[in-house]
Amino acid sequence: MRKKPTSKLRQTTAAGWGMASPAIVLMSLFLIVPFILAFGFSFTNQRLVSPNPTEYVGTSNFSQLLSFDILTIEPKKAESGQLIRDDDGNLTYPRVRKFTRKNPNYPELKGMKEWFSWSSGDDRVVMLAKDVIFIKALVNTVVFVLIVAPVQGGLALLLALLINQKMRFINIFRTIYFMPVVMSIIVVSILWRFIYDGDDGLLNNLLSILSFGYFEPIDWLGRTDTALGSIAAMSIWQAVGFHMVIWLSGLQTIPASLYEVADIEGATKWQKFRYVTWPGLRNTAVLVLIVITMQAFALFSQVNVMTRGGPLDSTQTLVYQAVIRGYEKQDIAGGSAISVILFLIVLSISLFQRYLTREKT
Amino acid sequence: MVDLRLKNIKKSYGTVEVIKGIDLDIKHGEFVVFVGPSGCGKSTLLRMIAGLEDISDGDLYIGDKRCNDMQPNERGIAMVFQSYALYPHMTSYENIAFGLTLAKRPKAEIEKKVKEVAGILQMEDLLDRKPAQLSGGQRQRVAIGRAIIRQPDVFLFDEPLSNLDASLRMDMRMEIGKLHADLNATMVYVTHDQVEAMTLADKIVVLNDGYVQQVGTPMELFHNPANKFVAGFIGSPKMNFFEVKIIEVSENTITVDSLDIGAIQLKNKLQFELGQNAILGIRPQHLVRQIKNEETGQITGQVQLVERLGTETIVNVKLKSGAIVIASLNQDIEIARGEALMLGFVSDDLHLFST
Repeated sequence: MRKKPTSKLRQTTAAGWGMASPAIVLMSLFLIVPFILAFGFSFTNQRLVSPNPTEYVGTSNFSQLLSFDILTIEPKKAESGQLIRDDDGNLTYPRVRKFTRKNPNYPELKGMKEWFSWSSGDDRVVMLAKDVIFIKALVNTVVFVLIVAPVQGGLALLLALLINQKMRFINIFRTIYFMPVVMSIIVVSILWRFIYDGDDGLLNNLLSILSFGYFEPIDWLGRTDTALGSIAAMSIWQAVGFHMVIWLSGLQTIPASLYEVADIEGATKWQKFRYVTWPGLRNTAVLVLIVITMQAFALFSQVNVMTRGGPLDSTQTLVYQAVIRGYEKQDIAGGSAISVILFLIVLSISLFQRYLTREKT
Repeated sequence: MVDLRLKNIKKSYGTVEVIKGIDLDIKHGEFVVFVGPSGCGKSTLLRMIAGLEDISDGDLYIGDKRCNDMQPNERGIAMVFQSYALYPHMTSYENIAFGLTLAKRPKAEIEKKVKEVAGILQMEDLLDRKPAQLSGGQRQRVAIGRAIIRQPDVFLFDEPLSNLDASLRMDMRMEIGKLHADLNATMVYVTHDQVEAMTLADKIVVLNDGYVQQVGTPMELFHNPANKFVAGFIGSPKMNFFEVKIIEVSENTITVDSLDIGAIQLKNKLQFELGQNAILGIRPQHLVRQIKNEETGQITGQVQLVERLGTETIVNVKLKSGAIVIASLNQDIEIARGEALMLGFVSDDLHLFST
């Protein structure tokens, strides 16, 4: 009597595994295995196609990516000790590569390149990095995240508050705001390339009309100071609807009676938001911020379609660099190392956000 | 001294009318209970008084002011919700102090008032806790505290005890009654529980289908229900009804006849015509076991179900016509299923309603 249910239970378990197996296999193959491989490759010199055997290289991929140094260069002096000035009266400095190439006095600077520099008194201080493009990609990505996370999150909340009211045709607005989310990011990027076009783009035309012709056309994606911002603006627009829906679901979990109490107590609109809505959205806020942050760190398609990292590396990003290195430069190890760094950054940010928004008891 | 007056109040959603014209006077200090079945509009009416629902038509006066278009916070009311509606992220203290915090009152004043309210409700030890750490009764206490601190002219309770278990409900019911006596405030209380209505109310308003069916003290409603609905709604177990025909009308008496009871003569209270159909009602408590035919009326049938509640024994009796009569009999009565039973009653206890 006892055996039967056990065997039946086992059969059921087997059937369960059977049904889950396609998903398990696919997820292992395309998520878990690559994840583990990336960790492994990042400590080797693995290349995409290479006749040489793969070797373990320790953390050299990471030190290559992350090492930077500060070099203070004194201005050139004549033998008399007088500072040499050029025709415009500016100080002159020895070239950076004098220090970074085959200079036995500065072995630690070997192979480094200038990232940026500033003046300190008569001296010139140079920030050096071994992999300037990676550092730029890292900085760009962080800047992108810092712009997108608050702006997209805030805008999405604002839209959610707007469409969370009983109004005629409210579904039309919901649809409009959500529409960009269901469009392919590639298609959206191509369209926005037209919008941002420097000669005859929609944005330039619009600004020109609105300013009665005073606005000078800008090549939005062709300038180092506007390219990243333009991509950020477009990215915010594209995904804001998705986060709006998440906020909306959070808003709808707040019982109406809590607002009714606030009405009876005479709360203003702002007080209702401050004391009822926002505290009720705590968990949603954590989710939205983490999701936006992770998505923003994964910035790739927009860059790939719109600027390919240019102009002058001003839109390089971590994922874009990982892909370029791994496949175009066939440096799988380098690309893996970037992926691992990205993973660690996103992981620590998620943990930090969770800590900040934890339930205080 | 603030009275509450409703004049021909109506509420419609689109073309659907849910409150169909209600007139009501509530005196200062009265405890008024709106009672009725689900969907009768009692909660809607309360929410209209609170200002949470628009009034489609009619006038609402709180004191001398017409309040139809006033904001809820201007009406001098406080409301306690069925779901307690406490803010989960605030402690009991913060919940009670919420209105004063919004009004930016000085901290010392807030503390003094909250302590005072906590004293009234005997919940000083709960002030630091959040709603999640409180039991249902404690939560409702906090919600009531939040109402008291407003020092409103009118307290509104929307089924405040429905989410509590039976024993707690009884405790809280007594506390609300005591609170009413202590504060001497006007209270309007919505419930579908007739026990709450009977025990708490100075005045019960029975609502059904968007109309006031009857207004009166609990005992008035119990003894002199205005119609079949009120008669069936007030009292437990429910009143027994029989379809009867008027066979004789004289100046002071009226005689009705039916299959189950036979001809009965009772006092003529309402206007009935000869040959008209009517409903005869008798409360289960007014039926007694009878051994032999006497001058009073009788019903005979077969016992179908015996429920012993300790204080009384509820007996379901199936009559010849197939109708079921419920009688509330002596607690220790010896009776079993299937036995024949004769029930007697006095004609003064009968109620006659038009169909």
